[in-house]
Amino acid sequence: MSKTPAVPTRKRRWRHSQGFFAACLLAPAILVVFGIIIYPIIQTGVYAFTDVRSAMHPKGPFVGFGNFSKAMTSNRFWSSMGRTLYFTIVSTAAELVIGLGIAGLLNAKIRGRWLLRTVVVIPWAIPTIVNGALWKGIFHAQYGSLNALLTQLGILNSYKVWLGTPWGAMNMVIIADVWKTVPLVAFLLLAGLASIPEELYEAAKIDRAGRWKTFWSITVPLMLPAISIVMILRVIEAFKVFDVIYAMTRGGPADGTKTIAYYTYTTAFSDQNYGIGSALAYIIVIVIALLSAIYLRALRRSEMSLI
Amino acid sequence: MKNRTIRAIVAGLTATVMAVAMAACTPKESDDTITLNALFMQQAGYSQEQIDEMLRAYEADNPGIKVKATYVSYEALHDKIVTSAPAGTYDIVLLDVIWPAEFATTNIVIDVTDRYDPAWEQDMLGGAYGTAFYDGKAYGMPWGPSTKFFYYNEEMVNAVGATEADLATWDGVLAVAKKIKEAGLAEYPLAWSWMQAEAVICDYGQLLGAFGGDFTDADGNLAVNNAVGVSTLAWMKQTIDDGLTNPASTTFLEDDVQKALAQGETAFGLNWESTLVDANDPDQSVVAGKIKILPTPAGPTGLRPGINGAMALSIPTNSKNVDAAWDVILYLTGKDNQDKYPTGWPPNWVSSYSDPAVTGQAPELFAAAEIGYADTILRPTVPNYNSASDALQAAIQAALVGSKTPQQALDEAVAAAAQ
Repeated sequence: MSKTPAVPTRKRRWRHSQGFFAACLLAPAILVVFGIIIYPIIQTGVYAFTDVRSAMHPKGPFVGFGNFSKAMTSNRFWSSMGRTLYFTIVSTAAELVIGLGIAGLLNAKIRGRWLLRTVVVIPWAIPTIVNGALWKGIFHAQYGSLNALLTQLGILNSYKVWLGTPWGAMNMVIIADVWKTVPLVAFLLLAGLASIPEELYEAAKIDRAGRWKTFWSITVPLMLPAISIVMILRVIEAFKVFDVIYAMTRGGPADGTKTIAYYTYTTAFSDQNYGIGSALAYIIVIVIALLSAIYLRALRRSEMSLI
Repeated sequence: MKNRTIRAIVAGLTATVMAVAMAACTPKESDDTITLNALFMQQAGYSQEQIDEMLRAYEADNPGIKVKATYVSYEALHDKIVTSAPAGTYDIVLLDVIWPAEFATTNIVIDVTDRYDPAWEQDMLGGAYGTAFYDGKAYGMPWGPSTKFFYYNEEMVNAVGATEADLATWDGVLAVAKKIKEAGLAEYPLAWSWMQAEAVICDYGQLLGAFGGDFTDADGNLAVNNAVGVSTLAWMKQTIDDGLTNPASTTFLEDDVQKALAQGETAFGLNWESTLVDANDPDQSVVAGKIKILPTPAGPTGLRPGINGAMALSIPTNSKNVDAAWDVILYLTGKDNQDKYPTGWPPNWVSSYSDPAVTGQAPELFAAAEIGYADTILRPTVPNYNSASDALQAAIQAALVGSKTPQQALDEAVAAAAQ
């Protein structure tokens, strides 16, 4: 007597399917993403539309766009935005120019190139908060190595207070940020440089094109997709700058380095105004989302240009 | 079969990872021992070594309780308390005198008024007793009175023929500072903690008190844009313009001022109690033994109030170990414990100040404290203190770096605080 094989139930089929297997693999990641990204975004959204002062009283009356309007009618909001814009433009421009130069150097067929590449990456490996503390020490008016070096070389007669004025401090923070981020920019641009066919340069050489002409006629046009991607990526990051400022100046002097992310932090946590702080966070998110959309578009274009 | 094996391995690994993660997140209580988490600052006041020593002594007497201490800088302390509050991470937190109003109204720390002994009002110094009070209720236990004292380099002062008596007023201090500068003993004889932080409010407040002013008007509103407030700020700016104050002061916190004193680079500085020991410690100072302490100099009105910088130990609302935490707090703030460490932080208790065994450990400090603690100036005790302070810090700095006049800067600060 033969036994008829049991028909697998739907539940049983699901447990043995690839979908179940994939779900098992993804579950921990989904949990983590929900816990540290999705839930905080939703909760911040709730705070942004309610009058909440503290996380200990997370329920407050609904105020519509009241927090957004309060945030955006404050002088300190617009001055923080202005400073963020200055930081973003200057740091991104400096990183692109220096990064392109370093990428060219790393792409050159020179002896010990591997060593050069290893050394260049070191600043990028340093955590941002440590980088901030490091540069704070370098720029310290009394004990900083920069003043010591410049006075010993006879360039300065007396110590300079590098972080003592709003404009000066902002530029010093930019230097610290550029120093840390240039390696990343350089390596991203290096990837773009390496993809330019060697034959084009050989043809330019045959046509007796000078280095400058070659750079502007071959390197720059072919690098434009990579440059635009790196630029947008850096603009997004620079717009969110926080840790280097926290470590170096804490927003001072006279609010001179208080960027929008730092202003958001102090509003939410130091002033315990979660409602307005959350509205400010959402304004940052909207700006970043717009920049990300531009980034994705540029990325798609660059992929199209490679096809 | 093969797929099944892989699935089993993956499922096993996932379960293990999650179990390990959950285990790591769960406090380990293998026996009846209670582990308390406490948040302190690593700056002025008791040193980390002193607090650790106190906690180990408490644990030795109370085998069922362990206290795990976390130390952060003063500048990080407030935000750490705020961000950790919903999770109930800490059982004991150190509070500045300016925070009880904010933390009480936002329910971050618990009301401990019922646990107060009525005798404490008499037994404690007035400057200490009121530290954790807001709206008639106590939100912590004072950990000691505190104010900024005036420190000077005795060798530099004597070298220009001046004496301690010349440093009784700010006019006298400036006159001696000019002589020290002219004699080339210090490029900038004065160093201050005027960074954009609470430190600049403390220095401004202490000077404001000496000039006869106060932070608020009769209604409790910030009112520093009056004649006294403006002239105080103008005085501060003038000392920079005259080359007497180190211009780097706008980037200095108290630690930087202490270092400048200890390195013999400056003659004068305002700082907290623990500076007397640290600036005279041969391991940290090249002028050990030469840094002396005085009460803060008097202003034109003859007043010399110190800024009230007292602190308290409190219990966060979400702590699960309130009774044990209170027991530790009582030990730490108790007379027996505090009398052992008067150089880190002078004690809460009135009787300690007449006990030669205590005062003998730091006679100079106790002599200065007798005047310094008698009259203190309070920063506004209002729930939105931090945002008002934030606006005032930026305004003071704007005037000090010359981007606004003192009047403009303070007008803006008052307007911002009123919003």
